[in-house]
Amino acid sequence: MTSDRVLGAVCLVLGLAFMFGASRIQTGFILDPLGPKTFPMIIGGILVVSSIVPLVKPDPAPGWPSAQAMMEIALALAVFVGYAVVLPELGFVPATALAAAALSWRLGNTPLKSILCGVGIAVGIYVVFHLILGLSLAKGPLGI
Amino acid sequence: MDTLALLAQGFAVALTPENLALAFLGCFLGTIIGALPGLGPSNGVAILIPLAFTLGLPATPALILLTSVYYGAMYGGRISSILLNIPGDEPALMTTLDGYPMAKQGKAGEALALSGVSSFVGSFFATCGLVLLAPVLVKLALLFGPAEYFALFTLAFATLGGISSRNQSKSAMAAAIGLGLAMIGIDGSTGTQRFTFGEIHLLEGIDFLVAIVGLFAISEVFLFLEHRGADAAVGVSLGRITVPLATLAKTWMTMVRSTILGFIAGVLPGAGASLGSFIAYTFEKRLVDKDGTFGNGDPRGVAAPEAGNNAAAGGALVPMLSLGVPGSGTTAVLLAMLLALNITPGPLLFQNNPDVVWGLIAALFIANFMLLLINIPMVGLFVRVLMVPPHILMPAVAMISFVGIYSISGSTFDLMLMIGFGALGYVLRKLDVPLVPIILGILLGNQMEDNLRRALTISNGDWSALVASPLSIGIWSLAVIGFVAPLVFGKVVQAKMRATVRRAAAEADPD
Repeated sequence: MTSDRVLGAVCLVLGLAFMFGASRIQTGFILDPLGPKTFPMIIGGILVVSSIVPLVKPDPAPGWPSAQAMMEIALALAVFVGYAVVLPELGFVPATALAAAALSWRLGNTPLKSILCGVGIAVGIYVVFHLILGLSLAKGPLGI
Repeated sequence: MDTLALLAQGFAVALTPENLALAFLGCFLGTIIGALPGLGPSNGVAILIPLAFTLGLPATPALILLTSVYYGAMYGGRISSILLNIPGDEPALMTTLDGYPMAKQGKAGEALALSGVSSFVGSFFATCGLVLLAPVLVKLALLFGPAEYFALFTLAFATLGGISSRNQSKSAMAAAIGLGLAMIGIDGSTGTQRFTFGEIHLLEGIDFLVAIVGLFAISEVFLFLEHRGADAAVGVSLGRITVPLATLAKTWMTMVRSTILGFIAGVLPGAGASLGSFIAYTFEKRLVDKDGTFGNGDPRGVAAPEAGNNAAAGGALVPMLSLGVPGSGTTAVLLAMLLALNITPGPLLFQNNPDVVWGLIAALFIANFMLLLINIPMVGLFVRVLMVPPHILMPAVAMISFVGIYSISGSTFDLMLMIGFGALGYVLRKLDVPLVPIILGILLGNQMEDNLRRALTISNGDWSALVASPLSIGIWSLAVIGFVAPLVFGKVVQAKMRATVRRAAAEADPD
C-alpha cells in the first residue's frame, strides 16, 4: 500500500516540477503554433493525472527484499559506480577483473574462485571484443 | 508478382557469406540468450545493439544479426522450460506446462525436438505472413499524414500495456516518464534547450541505448542479487532427440491452428508473444483435450505454445517494419536499433530502402532454417550452457553491458546514467510499472512531437485538425478502446493466465 503511495507522490511531484520546468523554457526566435513548451506540458499533465490512481487506489506492496538482500544490492550498485569511476584510470582489464570478481563473490562464489572468475571474464571480453572484434576499450597505465 | 521479385532480391542480399555468418552468429547467440533464465529477448538484443553499432556494421547486416538473435531467443526459451521447469523467457512460460512433464517421463529429447519443429512452423509461416501483410499495411500507411501518425503513436502507447495489463495508470505513468526523458536536450525545431540544467552531456539528449541497457540488463543483475541462491540446473537425460512420425501426424493440425492464432496476436499492438502462446495453448486445450492429458506431458501442449509464440514474434515485426510502431517489448528494442542506424521504419523504408527490408525478410527465412538445424542436432550444447552457474554468468552479462555502452560514447557520464537507469528499472519492476512504455517514450518522443508540430503548422494551430480525417478518428477510437479494454478485461485475463499455470503445476506434482 505505502509503496504505491510513495510512487504516486513522487510521480505527482515529478509531473508538477516537469510542468513548471516546461513553463520556464526560453522560447527562441523561431516560432510555430506548437512551440517548445506545449508538448512537455501535456506530458507533465499525463504524469500528474496518472499518479493520482496509485495515490488513491494503491496496489498491494511488492515483496521488498530483506535488509540483507538490500545491502547486497547497494553493494553491487557501489561496485558499478566504482567501476565507472576507475575504468578510465586503471584500464579495462584490471578494472573489469576487480568488478567482476566482486560481483561473483557476492553472488556466492568462494573468494579465490571469484578472483579467477573476474580475471577470466576480463581477459575473455578483452580477447573477444578488443583483439578479435576491434572494439576500443579503456586503456590504462598498463596499456590494457 | 512484385513481392516475389523483391523477395528474390532480398535473398541476393542475405546470401552473401558475411550476412550468412552474421545470421548464424545471431541464431546461436539468440538461442543461448533465450535459454538462459533471466536473459530475455529484449535484454539480449539490448546488450548486443551497442556492440553491433560499434562494430561499424552497415544497416542490413546489423539488422540481420539482431533479428536473428530475436528469432533465436524465441526458440531458446523452450529449452529451460522443458528441462528445468523455469521459462527461459516470458513467452516460454506456457511451454513448461507440458514440456516439463514430458521431460520427467524421460522424453526430454522428444519434447525439445517437437518444440523445435513447432517453433519452426510458427516462425516460418509468420514470416510468410509478414511478406504478404506488410506491403498491404504500407499502402495504407502512405495515406497517413502527421495527424494520423500522431494518433498512431498514441495508439501504440495506449495498447502497449497489453490486454493483460494489471494497472493502466502505471502504463500511462511509464509512457509519460519515457516521453519526458525524450524532451531532455536541444529541441531540434526551435533550437531551445529543454531540461538540460546547464549540463553539457545532456545537450544531445539521453541516448536511448544507455536507457535500454540500464533499464533491462543492469536492473536484471539487481533482481538476481535479490533472489540469489536460486536453483541451478540439474542434469536431465535427454533421450532421443527426434520426433516420431506418429507424434508429428498427431500435432501438425495443432501447429497450424496455433500459428494462425499466434500471428494474429503478434500483429495486434500490445499483445505480443506471451499472449500468443497463452491463446494458442488455451484454445488447443479447449479444442482437443478430451482425455485431460494436457498438463501431463501431452505433445500437443508443447507444440501449441511454441508455434504460437514464434508466430507472434514474426507477427510483431509487421507493424514495426511497416508503420514504425512496435507491437512488443523486443520489437521496441529493434526499433531503437533501426533509429540508431538512421533508418526510420515505416512506409518510406519500403520505398527508399527495399534492399534493407527484403534483405531482412530473406534473412529471417534463412535464420529459421539455421535455427531448426542448430536447435535439434545441437541442442545438447545449449543444455550445457544452461549449466553455467549464475555467479559466472551475471558478472559477465553486467560487464558486457558496460563494454557496449562505453564503446559507443567512451564517457563515464553515460556509464553513471546507465547505472542510474538500472537502479530505476529495478525499483519500477518491483512496483509493477512496465518498462517498455518508458523505452518507447524515449524512442518516439521527439518524432511524436514533430508530427504534432507538423499537423498544427499545416492547420495553423487548429487542434481539431488532429481528428479531421476518418482515418485519424478510427485510430483514436482504437487507442481509446485499447486503453480502456484492459480496465475491463485485464484482471480476468491475468487471473486466467495465472490460474492455468497454477492448476497445471498442481496437477503435475501433487505433493
